[in-house]
Order: sequence, then C-alpha cells, then structure tokens
Amino acid sequence: MASPVIDIEDLRIDAKANDEWSAIVRGVTLAIHPGEVLGLVGESGAGKSTIGLAALGYLRPGARVSGGTVRLQGQDLFAITEDERRRFRGTKVAYVAQSAQAAFNPAHRLMDQIVMVAVDRGGLTRAEAEARAVGLFTALKLPDPAQFGSRFPHQVSGGQLQRAMVAMAMICNPALIVFDEPTTALDVTTQVEVLISIRNVIRDFGVAAIYITHDLAVVAQIAHRVAVLRHGVVVEEAPIAQIMDAPRHPYTKTLWAVHEMPVDTSATHLQKGAPLLAISGLSARYKQFEVLRDINLQIGRGETVALVGESGSGKSTLGRVIVGLKEPSGGSLTYDGEPLPPLVSRRSLGTIRRVQIIYQSADTALNPRHTVRKLLGRPLALYHGLRGSRREARIQELLRMVELDPTHADRLPGQLSGGQKQRVAIARALAADPELIICDEITSALDKVVQAEVLRMLLDLQARLGVSYLFITHDIEVVRAVADRVVVMQAGRIVEQGDKAQVFAPPHEPYTETLLASVPDMAVGWLDRIIAGRAA
Amino acid sequence: MTRKSRPILSMVASRVGLGVLSLIIVSLVIFSAVAMLPGSYASAILGQNATPEAVAAMEEQLGLNEPWFLRYLGWLGAAATGDMGMSFAGRPVMDVIGPRLINTVVLASITAVIAVPVSILLGILCARFRGRFIDKFLSTSTLASISVPEFFVAYIVMMVLAVKLQLFPSMAGIRASMDWGDQLYRMVLPILTLLLVILAHMVRNTRAAILSVMASPYIEMARLKGEPESRVVMRQALPNAIGPIASVVALNLAYLISGVVVIEVVFVYPGVGQAMIDAVRNRDVPVIQACALIFAAAYIGFNLIADVISIISNPRLLHPR
Repeated sequence: MASPVIDIEDLRIDAKANDEWSAIVRGVTLAIHPGEVLGLVGESGAGKSTIGLAALGYLRPGARVSGGTVRLQGQDLFAITEDERRRFRGTKVAYVAQSAQAAFNPAHRLMDQIVMVAVDRGGLTRAEAEARAVGLFTALKLPDPAQFGSRFPHQVSGGQLQRAMVAMAMICNPALIVFDEPTTALDVTTQVEVLISIRNVIRDFGVAAIYITHDLAVVAQIAHRVAVLRHGVVVEEAPIAQIMDAPRHPYTKTLWAVHEMPVDTSATHLQKGAPLLAISGLSARYKQFEVLRDINLQIGRGETVALVGESGSGKSTLGRVIVGLKEPSGGSLTYDGEPLPPLVSRRSLGTIRRVQIIYQSADTALNPRHTVRKLLGRPLALYHGLRGSRREARIQELLRMVELDPTHADRLPGQLSGGQKQRVAIARALAADPELIICDEITSALDKVVQAEVLRMLLDLQARLGVSYLFITHDIEVVRAVADRVVVMQAGRIVEQGDKAQVFAPPHEPYTETLLASVPDMAVGWLDRIIAGRAA
Repeated sequence: MTRKSRPILSMVASRVGLGVLSLIIVSLVIFSAVAMLPGSYASAILGQNATPEAVAAMEEQLGLNEPWFLRYLGWLGAAATGDMGMSFAGRPVMDVIGPRLINTVVLASITAVIAVPVSILLGILCARFRGRFIDKFLSTSTLASISVPEFFVAYIVMMVLAVKLQLFPSMAGIRASMDWGDQLYRMVLPILTLLLVILAHMVRNTRAAILSVMASPYIEMARLKGEPESRVVMRQALPNAIGPIASVVALNLAYLISGVVVIEVVFVYPGVGQAMIDAVRNRDVPVIQACALIFAAAYIGFNLIADVISIISNPRLLHPR
C-alpha cells in the first residue's frame, strides 16, 4: 500500500480557557491514503474541526499541541516553523469551510481569491490559473463558468459560493482537502447539488479528503471510512458500510437517535372541537416584497403542526405574524373563535399569554445576565401575578417539567449546556401556561442525541398539558418524529398540507417530492442512486 | 450600467442632502445662540456714552433692531454666496477672517499630509505585530499622548525644542511679508504639537479597525490558504477597514480646522481660532458667527467625505447583485 497522505499519530491538543489548559484532542491516530475519503463524525465540541485544522498544521489562537505528530506526505508539520508550515497550506493541503459566505473576502472578486495561491506559490501564471479555475467551475457545474469568477461573493448564491470554495481548494491540485461541514449551512435541496459536486471532483481528481460533519447520512454518501469522535477521542473507526450496518460502540448507535424515535400515529392526544387557531387568506410583506401569500391554516387543540420549507420560504415570518411581532398586510387570524388583533401591542395580556414562541438560538433569546430563576420568574409575575414562595414553587415545578435539576435556578445561561439552555427557554414559554407554542427551529442548533431528548420531552408535555405546537423546521427527520399534520411552504405560499401519513406518502406535490428526495437516507449509496436516477 | 449604479448614487445624494440639512440646522443654532448672548454690542462699544438713544441709533445702524428671523434669513442668504457680512468694527468679515483662515488651512494641510499616511502606516504595523514590542510601545505612548491636554503637550514641545535646545522659535507669529522658508521654520513647533495629538488618535483607531476585521472568518481562511501574515493584513483586512479608518481621519482633519484654537493661542499663531477669540472679546457677532459656521462646515464636510468613502468602499453597494 502507498504511504499515507496524512498520518496523524497520538495527537494531543490543549485549549486555554480561563487561564487553564484543558485537553480537547486526547490521543487521536488517523491515516488517510491517496484518493481516500475519511469521514470525521461527532457532536459539536468533540474536536472535529481542531483535528481538521491540525491537518493543515494550523491551530486556532489559544490552542497548543501537547503531544503526537501530524505528518503530511512524511513531513512532521509541528516540528517545523510556522513560516515553513505556511508553505504547505493552499498548495499541498487545502481547506473548505462551513460557511462560504463568511470565508470569502467581501472586498475581492471570486477569481482573485481563487487563483491567488496558484499564482503566488503554485507556479502558475495568472492566465494558466484562471483557465484551470474555469475548468473547475465547469466540473463543479457552476453557471456561466467563463464569467463566474468576475463576480463578488455577495453576487452569487450560497450553494454556488460553497462550490466556488471547493474550486479554490482544488486550484493547486492538493494532495489532501479538509472539508469542514461544507453543507451544514445549506438548504436540503442545495445540499444535494453541492454534495454531488464535491463527490464528483474528489473522485475525478483522485484527491484524498477529510470530511467533517455531524450528519451520518451525509457522510455515508461521501466517505470510504468513518471515524466517530467523542470528547477528543476516536471511539470507533471502520469502513462506512460497517458503521452504518453494524456500529459497535454504544455512542455511535446514539447518532441515530432522532431517526429512531418512536413515531406515535395513534392521534389519541388530539382533542375534538373547533380549531384553536385559524388563519385565512393571510399575506404579509416587507416593503414591496411579498413574503406570505394567501396562507390558510388551522391548528387544533393538542395538535402538532409542522411547517417545513427552505430558508426564505416565509416559515419564520408566519410564526412572527401569529405571535403578533409582524403585522400582516391582509387576511385574518381567528383564535379560539375570536378575531386575533394583528399586533402584540393591541392584544390583551391574557391573549399574549396564550400564544408563546421559542427561538432557534437560546443563546440570544435568554438574557445572559439573568439567572434561570429570574428568567422564569418574570413571566410568572407578569401573567399570573405570582410572588414569593408561590412563585418559587412554580419555578421548581417548571424546571422539573423540562427535566432540569431545581438547583439550576441559580445558574446563568452561560453556565448551562446548549440543550439545557433550550430547556430553560421551553420552561419560560411554559411559565405563561400557553395553549399554543410556536417552536421556530428549536432543535436545529442541538446535537442529535440532545435533539431527540428535547423532542421526546415536548411530546410528553403535550400529552400532559394538551398544548398545541406549530413546529417550524427544515429537518424532515424532526417532522417525521413529532408532527400530526404537515404544512409545506415554498416562496411564501403553502404548496401542500395534510396529515403526516398523507403528505409523506406518494403521490406528492412536485415541490414536496423535491424536498423529500433531497433528504439524505441513512444508507450508503443514496447519492449514487440520485445521480443514476438523473442520468437515466 | 446606469441602472445598476443607481442605489449608490442615490445613497451618496441622500448623504449630501443630509449634510446640507445639518449645516442649515447648525447655522440656525449658531445664529440663535449668539443672538441670545447677554450684553449688547452697542452698549459695550459706547461704554460711558451709552445713553438709550445712542444705543438705539447704533443698533438701527447695524440692523440689530429687526426681528431675528429676518436677520437670520438675510445672513444665511449672503453666507451662501460667500459674503459673511460686515463686522461690527466696520470691515467685511471675510477680510478679517480670510487671511487667518488661509494660515489655519496651511497649518492643517501640512500636518495632515504628514499625519495621515504616517498614522495609517503605524496603525497597520501595530495590527500586524499585535502584542509585540512595537504594538505595546505605540499603544502606551499614544495613550499617554491622548490623556495629556493638548496645551500641555505644546508647552513640553516648546520647553524642550525652543527653550532648552533653542532649535526653533517658541512664537509662531508668521506674517505675509516673511518668505516661505521663514514661515515654515516658525510653524515647526505648532505642527509638531498637532502631529503628536492627532497621530495618537488615528494610530489607535486604525489599529482597532483592522483588528476588528482580523476576527472575521475570511482572515482565518486566508491564513489557511498559506498567505503570509503581512499580506493577510494588507490585502485581506485593510480593504475591509477603509470605512472606519476614513471616519477617524475625517474627525481629525476637522479638528485641525476647528479644534486648534488652544494650540494657536499657545504659539501665538495668527489662525482663525485666534480671530474667533478676538471677536468674542470684542463681541463682534458677525465674525463669531462666521467662524462658528466655518468650523461646522469643516466638521460636516469631512464627515460627509468619510461617509461617501465608506459607501463606495463597500462592494455590496458598489456592485449590486
């Protein structure tokens, strides 16, 4: 067998936090051979990116190598000076970042950024490098390859920009590319296109790659081997087929958590009677731009309605209209048989109490300087006039409802994990005793295991309290797990709605079809079938 | 192409419009504030002879008996054509201020020509070698320079270079009759003092502007492409820091026109600040108003230019989708 492109041996990396060094990578050994793609899977904070960057001989500020070696084509990267390491980057080993929007410099044209390394250190003339870039644009199926490079980053779409970054990585024909969650920030339908492009160029150019992701379904389409990382340690490494079919380590099995949530189709929790919320003919606009058109939607008591669609489809705007943060430009909202005033400022406190919203990022939704007790105490005082020991008792009760330890009441949001913070945000919504909770992508920022726990808890709460949910999400897996009914939105319109079983069973509306077909299966070969299906 | 460039043109036009509007508001404030000052020019001039009749006659002669808004409109209309009216001492205001203004502009220009490139360069160096000796040295010394009042800086400069070393004259009283070299020689100390004051401010802000851009993900991306650190600063960070740098430069240039009063007094430099102080002493309202208006116009004008620079340095606005 040929010698490995990159050979990481017992790598240990420390990071400095509050003046103390703590280990974030704890003895990782990995080797990748020419033309091979290694998937690096794990939750956020597992050390995936740190290892990916170490393959470029790069450490984020405040990190240090405390042991082990990283050999790129035999050269120990951390045994040489920074200036010598620098020469490998861009030419021998390249990096594709998660957000192309953030990783391209807004001040320069795409072509200038893409050919820079090749002209500076790759030994190509500007004309040669540009010709090569145009060739890559064609291979990556970018529109108008000859002119594409003359645009600025803000002038092209997210999916195109992500592919442009792949072209930038490939420009010097490197031996290794590190892909760091390259499709995580994209919509599912865009993700497929970028995945196909990435897989094709990897295959056609025979480059070795490290593919970092938290999504097992994505890595199954790209990687030959997978290393599962947890707390800075590789817990399992095996060929992809073995990981998918017969995972050995218990932690690897938890990565299927949401996928394997029991689906309740009994509908016993649904309550009969008039709908809680009825929306008819609703529209909304930002200046001249119409974001919602002719929305008709009903939510019953105790029902979970999932609102799915891509970013920009108007899902979140609809949520904001329902809670009264955004004024509709037409149509009507009826709540429990009564017309609902359009803006929160014109609603009574009692009405506001009945409809609550939870946001995607608990980090920004919770005041970082308020303790959990204060965060939960304020809605209790506002809506229910609770004071003193009665309020304290209710705070304790709410914390138990969201499965948090009552001692957490004294903590600040910064002292809680991501999942715990989202539970506090849920408890804060519950403090109002609402009948309808708008959940705007509330599990998108959470890891799979935590995501499944939070979803399960929400379903339990629904069974106990009879609360209704409007679940805004782009994640079809979440929809399958929690929804009673599904509403599909595209470009401000509802294109399909109905019971979950009906929407998910063929025949589909064309857009629903595209959306469902774009969600990667938890199986090897899904992408191959898509490509084969298109060729046919 | 004209269609495409329209948003940026309309943005620039609206900034210019807002600039003019602020200038009109400022002129109103200046006019009414001066009108509200206690004491009357006529009774001050007449002194012992200030009988009510004499005061009234003099006020009528100077047009001070008309309603304030008529006086304001007349003044504003004339000011728009460059005529600032007659000073109470009987000379056209522009004759009083004009030569002084030229002196101030000369002092400001020489200082700016040195200070702007030097401070941007030093700011870039600080950002490039962040935390190293040059950064620490410049950060400390600029902080010290900012914290000390400007007249104190002036006296220290004067004590060292004029009194102890006797290299330059401590008085910068230039006259039109002196030749250029002699004028420049006398201006060295005020220029040096102004440099110390504004360099510090501009260096610190340039450094901060670049460092805030250096936290962007595309800077890390450039490092991951193996770009040398100096190129990362010059090619990746600097183009994105032009807006904030332009606005701090504008602020300092405006200071050179309107904020140098103290320095001019210390070095007895015949600039517009001196003219204003003399006018205040003599209650010569038209001259005070003209000076205040020039200072306001300088502030608004330079900030307007900085605004326009930061708009056109933004590729999102320069090259719309």
